[in-house]
Amino acid sequence: MNTPPRVALHPRTALPNGSGAAAILSAGIGAFALAVLSIAADKSALVKSSLNFYGPTGPLSGVTTVAILLWIVTWVILEGRWRSRTVAIGRINAAALALLGLGLLLTFPPLADIF
Amino acid sequence: MEMTARGLWTVFHGMGFGGLYLLACSGALVELYFFTASPQPPPPAPNQERFLKAYLIAMVVLAWVAVLSGAYIVYPWYRAAPPPGVADLSMFPQHLLLSSSTTSGWHSLGMEWKEHVAWFAPISITTVAFVFIRYGRDLRNHRQLRAAVLCFALVSFLAAGVAGLLGAVINKQAPVQGGHTIQLRAGEEK
Repeated sequence: MNTPPRVALHPRTALPNGSGAAAILSAGIGAFALAVLSIAADKSALVKSSLNFYGPTGPLSGVTTVAILLWIVTWVILEGRWRSRTVAIGRINAAALALLGLGLLLTFPPLADIF
Repeated sequence: MEMTARGLWTVFHGMGFGGLYLLACSGALVELYFFTASPQPPPPAPNQERFLKAYLIAMVVLAWVAVLSGAYIVYPWYRAAPPPGVADLSMFPQHLLLSSSTTSGWHSLGMEWKEHVAWFAPISITTVAFVFIRYGRDLRNHRQLRAAVLCFALVSFLAAGVAGLLGAVINKQAPVQGGHTIQLRAGEEK
């Protein structure tokens, strides 16, 4: 007797959005951190000297290294927590894009000089 | 036909890695836009999906190489301090720009913006590539993720564009030069 071909009754379930949300939010946080650190290094002599990781490049080396580390650490933590979950992606997108936009604005020297 | 080593590195950094990245970015943006604009895009063919993933990985590499070569190879030459008593500042671009009120803005606004905004390009495109590689064809089921990916790709393009444009103009005002001379081709005497 021939067995009928198996037909999927439900379409394949989509991957949960948590992993994507973790990448998006952490990038927003990393970008914002970069802008905040660059302002802090510009305004404070102590921060400036603390972030001078590589003399020839100056404080830019520390600003970018710390921001990238913050981004990666945040990403790893969020990925661990959200990987198999479906999260409120609308709110996370809004937060990430706001952080990214603010970060972009704060790197513009006339705006950064307000602080 | 000669070029200094520093000049050649500046070309690699700006026109090589950065310029190629901007070109690649415009192509990726078009692809991402059509993928995002449709409410339920058709699944990409496997070879198309593989190509897009490889394309995005190449973009990530280009973006990181561009910012790292800029920050750790070219920028130290740009910001090098002249020894006391040096009157000719042509080998010290930052100090050359700051020495005149007509050019100081190219450093205080141009370079100060460029050196920070450029990093948004690799951060953003790494996020775009990760989401694409992680989800693959399943991304068609996540409209909001697709929208975020498009925004990040756009920011990456804008950041690279601002950094590239400012870099080109600043290098025209005060070129990074010096190091040993590389002869690219022997010229003919007239």
